[in-house]
Amino acid sequence: MSSAPLLKLSGMEQVFDTKKGPVPAVGGVDLEVEPGKVLCLVGESGCGKTTTARAAAGLTRPTAGTVEYRGKNLADMTAAERGRYRRSVQYIHQDPYAALNPTRTVYSTLSAGLKRHGIVKNRTEARAKAAELLQLVDLTPPESYLDSYPHQLSGGQRQRVNVARSLALNPDLLICDESTSMLDVSIRVSLLNTLGRLRDELDVGFLFITHDLAVAKYFAWDGEIAVMYLGKVVEHGPTPEVIGNPQHPYTKALIGAVCEPDPDLAKANRAAEQLRSAEIPSLRDLPAGCAFHPRCPAFEPGLCDTAEPALQATPSRRRLSCHVVSRDLQRAPDADRTITFEAVPGSRRPEPETAH
Amino acid sequence: MSDPILSVRDLSIAYRTGRKESVTAVSGVDLDLYEGQSLALVGESGCGKTTLGLGLLRLLPNLGEITSGSLTYRLKDGTRADLLAMKKEPLRRFRWNEAAMVFQGAMNAFNPVIRIVDHFADTLRDHADGKKWTKAAVEARAGELLETVRLDPDRVLQSYPHELSGGMKQRALIALAIALDPQVLVLDEPTTALDLLTQRSIVQQLHELRSKFGFTMVFITHDLGLAAELADRVATMYAGRIIETGSARDIFYEPKHPYTAGLINAVMPVKGDRPALESIPGYPPSLKAMPDGCAFNPRCAFATDECKRDRVPLSLLTERPLGMDHSVACLHHDQVRLPRKESANV
Repeated sequence: MSSAPLLKLSGMEQVFDTKKGPVPAVGGVDLEVEPGKVLCLVGESGCGKTTTARAAAGLTRPTAGTVEYRGKNLADMTAAERGRYRRSVQYIHQDPYAALNPTRTVYSTLSAGLKRHGIVKNRTEARAKAAELLQLVDLTPPESYLDSYPHQLSGGQRQRVNVARSLALNPDLLICDESTSMLDVSIRVSLLNTLGRLRDELDVGFLFITHDLAVAKYFAWDGEIAVMYLGKVVEHGPTPEVIGNPQHPYTKALIGAVCEPDPDLAKANRAAEQLRSAEIPSLRDLPAGCAFHPRCPAFEPGLCDTAEPALQATPSRRRLSCHVVSRDLQRAPDADRTITFEAVPGSRRPEPETAH
Repeated sequence: MSDPILSVRDLSIAYRTGRKESVTAVSGVDLDLYEGQSLALVGESGCGKTTLGLGLLRLLPNLGEITSGSLTYRLKDGTRADLLAMKKEPLRRFRWNEAAMVFQGAMNAFNPVIRIVDHFADTLRDHADGKKWTKAAVEARAGELLETVRLDPDRVLQSYPHELSGGMKQRALIALAIALDPQVLVLDEPTTALDLLTQRSIVQQLHELRSKFGFTMVFITHDLGLAAELADRVATMYAGRIIETGSARDIFYEPKHPYTAGLINAVMPVKGDRPALESIPGYPPSLKAMPDGCAFNPRCAFATDECKRDRVPLSLLTERPLGMDHSVACLHHDQVRLPRKESANV
């Protein structure tokens, strides 16, 4: 194997032409995924997470820039290479209810890819392999699931079947598009633990898309997070850095907006800094300069609304696109201007009171 | 603050599934809600929380039916009313004047072919008692309400629902619910399907409204974070029953039902360390095939033979005023502790 990353997006842009004019859904993204590592894309609806994932999976052709799989540009692949890429990169969809064919049994769903790619020779082998896959995703005993139809399964069970299907062809990259967001909390953790095991044991790389920062933190702790806003990456770095010590005002706002299951902490956070506007601008009519400036609490007129900030490496182990933060870092590179959560009053879980 | 604004006794709700079949979605719920309180009903999909919320206003769909129990409200004029005995006309006046609902799914709760202002006109004209609502009066009142939830009436009133963002629709929906100044507000998943920053602004909005108008609120949510944010009281539901209830601090810091503890332990924190999380094994039971005894016993680490025999009723742990008692339906509640969260290597 070459040393090229598993997946590499360079300057990837995706512009959709619509009746009302072009919509730049993704405006130049550079990202890489390594084997056995997780890259998490987070952001609000419409920020381009799914569009990025679809281009990475070869489901759409980017309007500019390249998608490379193991150093090979998707657009230049031969049919054989493309077939190999298709087998090695699998996609897990968001909605476990819509992603399975309702007229196929679990066995039929799982074996379709196996048969198509000639991995199994006959029905006995196919059933054995399908049972093995179900075991891998903790649907045990497999015999009780193989002949079920999707409507006989719960949402969590269906999503596990989706994961099993994506693993059927021994992929080395899984692209998960909000794959846990429709599941209940208790089920979500167990699915994430299953995916984490696959990552560690089978060395599968993940492009993991979620709007839920807690999920991103939990799943991508040893990996990286890229925060997207209106089609661009605004902050990108190792997960503990980005979540524990966010620098971009947008990342800070996202983390500050999370409701934690802790009434005292919630009360302490109530006075948190407010955004200037709750509404996201339209992609058709992006603000001049930094796209976040109409909502940004750190907005400085003349600086933020004129030039677009570039995504640059900073001394704080990440890439960042913010005029204000970058300037302040340059002025006082040694000063520790970062806010850790321990420094915010009330952010520690208090000891439970014995008497109320 | 002497008597509750809403008393629920032994409420059961069933859905007809065939000519002679039905499934019980909510069983034996007792609840006292006092003025100004906010209660969160938490639980996972299918636990009966939305059914209970709809039942509180007798808004159940055709196949749903309240099979037993009582629902008593204290009306604005101080009299008490038995909601289950109400005929059609008094019920129409009761809804929106005394208690209103913010329905789940801001995206779909509005009629897509009717302008926002006409939703207000319909609601005001239909539920207002004897008052004439002229076009101008409707517009004035709707404008005032929209300003209360920080929407620009000029932008919103004449818009169709699809012209508004999810957050704007949710705000408009809340404004619509409080149009006739109800005492009790039932909100079904008020922030689900909204973006994180929009969720935060809706939460802030609800805090504001609560301190301004002093509503009594019931939140239905699967999001424990939202419950911690908005509720003084929490009731956990599992398989149609309330299995634990108490003050928010009781529930979040010292849950005594293994299911509540399991739910809290399954929530991934964003702030602070990254703990190892455990999921609750198994899946919730089907309402058609409920296990004997405690419905949670097949998934419970503490379950003994006793748990499989008889249904476990709520028992009082700590007595507190105004319905804030900490009660739990578990035989082994003294063994339940929130596991100490330690860093994970997953």
